[in-house]
Amino acid sequence: MKEFNIIISGVGGQGVITLTRILAKAAIFDGYDVRTSELHGLSQKGGSVETHIRFGSMTGSKQIHSPLIKKGKANLIICIEAQESLKSYIYSSKESNTIFLINDFIKPILGSKIIPPVKDILKEIKRFSKQVMSIPASKIVKEKLNKEVLAGVYILGWTTSKNLFPLKRKSILKSIEKTVPKKYFLLNKKAFDLANYD
Amino acid sequence: MTEEIISNKVGEKIILLGNEGIVRGALESGVQFVSAYPGTPSSEVGNTFWRIAKKVGVYFEFSTNEKVALEAGAGAAFSGLRTLVSMKHFGLNVASDFFMPLVYSGVKGGMVILVADDPSCWSSAQSEEDTRAFASLSHIPILEPSTPQECKDFTKLAFDLSEKFQIPIMIRETTRVALQGGIVKLGKIVKGKRKGKFIKDPHQFSTMPPRVLEMKKELLEKIEKIKKQISEKSLINKIYGNNKSEIGIVTSSVSFLYVMEALKYLNLNIPVLKLGFFHPLPDKKIKGFINKFKKILVVEELEPHLEKEIKVLAKDINLKLQIFGKDLLSETGELRPEQVLKAVAEFSNKKLKIKPVLKIKNPKLKIPKRSPQFCPGCPYWLVFNALKKAVDPKKVIFGGEIGCYMLAFYPPFHFQDYLFCMGSSVGVAHGIKKSSNKQKLISFVGDSSFFHSGIPALLNAVHNKSNPLIIIMDNQTTAMTGHQPNPGTNKTSMGNSVEGAKIEDIVKACGVKNLKIINPIKQKEFIKAVKDSLNNKINEVSVIIARRPCIYI
Repeated sequence: MKEFNIIISGVGGQGVITLTRILAKAAIFDGYDVRTSELHGLSQKGGSVETHIRFGSMTGSKQIHSPLIKKGKANLIICIEAQESLKSYIYSSKESNTIFLINDFIKPILGSKIIPPVKDILKEIKRFSKQVMSIPASKIVKEKLNKEVLAGVYILGWTTSKNLFPLKRKSILKSIEKTVPKKYFLLNKKAFDLANYD
Repeated sequence: MTEEIISNKVGEKIILLGNEGIVRGALESGVQFVSAYPGTPSSEVGNTFWRIAKKVGVYFEFSTNEKVALEAGAGAAFSGLRTLVSMKHFGLNVASDFFMPLVYSGVKGGMVILVADDPSCWSSAQSEEDTRAFASLSHIPILEPSTPQECKDFTKLAFDLSEKFQIPIMIRETTRVALQGGIVKLGKIVKGKRKGKFIKDPHQFSTMPPRVLEMKKELLEKIEKIKKQISEKSLINKIYGNNKSEIGIVTSSVSFLYVMEALKYLNLNIPVLKLGFFHPLPDKKIKGFINKFKKILVVEELEPHLEKEIKVLAKDINLKLQIFGKDLLSETGELRPEQVLKAVAEFSNKKLKIKPVLKIKNPKLKIPKRSPQFCPGCPYWLVFNALKKAVDPKKVIFGGEIGCYMLAFYPPFHFQDYLFCMGSSVGVAHGIKKSSNKQKLISFVGDSSFFHSGIPALLNAVHNKSNPLIIIMDNQTTAMTGHQPNPGTNKTSMGNSVEGAKIEDIVKACGVKNLKIINPIKQKEFIKAVKDSLNNKINEVSVIIARRPCIYI
């Protein structure tokens, strides 16, 4: 089993931690060893949030150990807020064939005079990665489900339908069911499926 | 759906955070009494028990502060119950006055103290501490897990050791252990069924001189026994790789994981000694390990505690041994896998091709740091907006403290001229006002902080007659760490209804006459109260209780 390294970045309140849990559980269902790293507390109140998820072999020479991903070693970077990609890029590299999925959504930074257009951000990020994709996730889930916080799960559905990571669709769905509160499961499933049928 | 952490499916593999591993380990050890004060990165231990305590039949409380939590836990352990007490590193500073003699007296029921350090200060103002230093100060045995599975296993071991040697055992985590997610294999939850009974034994529990010196001697003997009988033989001090080598690595905690990752990446086979015991160290095992090498690398976060110990041990057996550690790794901030990789490569003379780091070129895209801020609708917006109108911020000193209101340090307010620990804003305010009475000063303290350690400072200011304006930011919960109850809330951690303590009653009892209680939504009233208090000529403490609940409760 080859190791697979995912960075998820966003802003406090966007569901980054939930997304991390969903992926970690799904990886167990698919027989991988899993390590994640996240931060809680002060920095999470509207600040930048970045989590690491690694999965790979349980034993042997390819076993994974560290909960943190080394710079330039991410296989996939999901940015639920576009400006956050300007921080997460350090984990990407052309050698690692890092895939960048960037939500076409900006949350302004307090005290910053400039709000950069997403297209400028994408142009810059392309220097670090061969595959940079922008997804209007927030816009779509707001239009169709009236809940912006589902953007992350929508991106997960999108990633699954395009086979961008080695996790099975049914494992992720099972994981969503086990992770989100019961009353929100159907809504999350809708957001996940929304991308599948695009 | 039963929560996974209390699942009875023995052998099932689930994802837990390190902190949740501690909780599960305690449940599998038959824990009956748990106390905590919340603080990142330790909070999930208390939060989880807060959720599950009733279901699993364990007593749990968020105590008023860490010292009280430790005292309560000790009382339960003196009465024979298995007890867990949880706090962040600064919490141990608060608790240390009680902590030191507790290690002397020891316990009856097993007692585990969980302390979580925060290298890089991700969620910790005030200082970057390495709690391992408490080993030399107090002699307490300290275990250091690396993964969530080890958090569970070490907790179980700690309970057994604690009971066998009648001594509290500390488990020390760092952020990347406490908030690391990984697979944990579930064991059986053991329901603690002991009946607590305190059996009088002043010989053990009264630390009076000259008996206290005997106790110290007995403590040192206990540690020596734990060293010889347990630490030297324990599998948690483990050597990985036994190939012939001239060099070796000694490491612990999360650093071990970075070392293994570096060796894998560099395709190296260097023997590694991973120490699960920080105190007492297995001297013989370490000597046996380092004896055969020309040089070793010690990989540890923060202070060079292991490195210093090993340098002492090496003098006995291997004078020529070269010992590397903090000369290759930083003493400030957490270690990162790439730093350890670089150090291991340099230490083993392995060439590491590091590509120059690309940087963002477009200057328009160099975005500023996204500072944390008050939540939309937070009552503290109202308080600070009112203050902006009430005073000239340049002419007023703002005393900050630990709690959500410390976010006033960031834009748009910048209302914080000093910040130290819980309970300190009022104490410092008093000293400033005594030294420089003409300067105007507003000291902030939250409801939970006030109960935690603000009250003695208020009493001191009143009794010794200084005149700061103290604004008690009463959002009626411990908001920053996850809305835990405190003595002011109307429910205990077990969910029972109680009458919460009234801050105004305490303030009045401290002797404060100039007291106002205002909901900050009434901006005009609030602004007037601030102006009146700052401009009055009476040489007395003024208190405004800004009372409006956090929007999330």
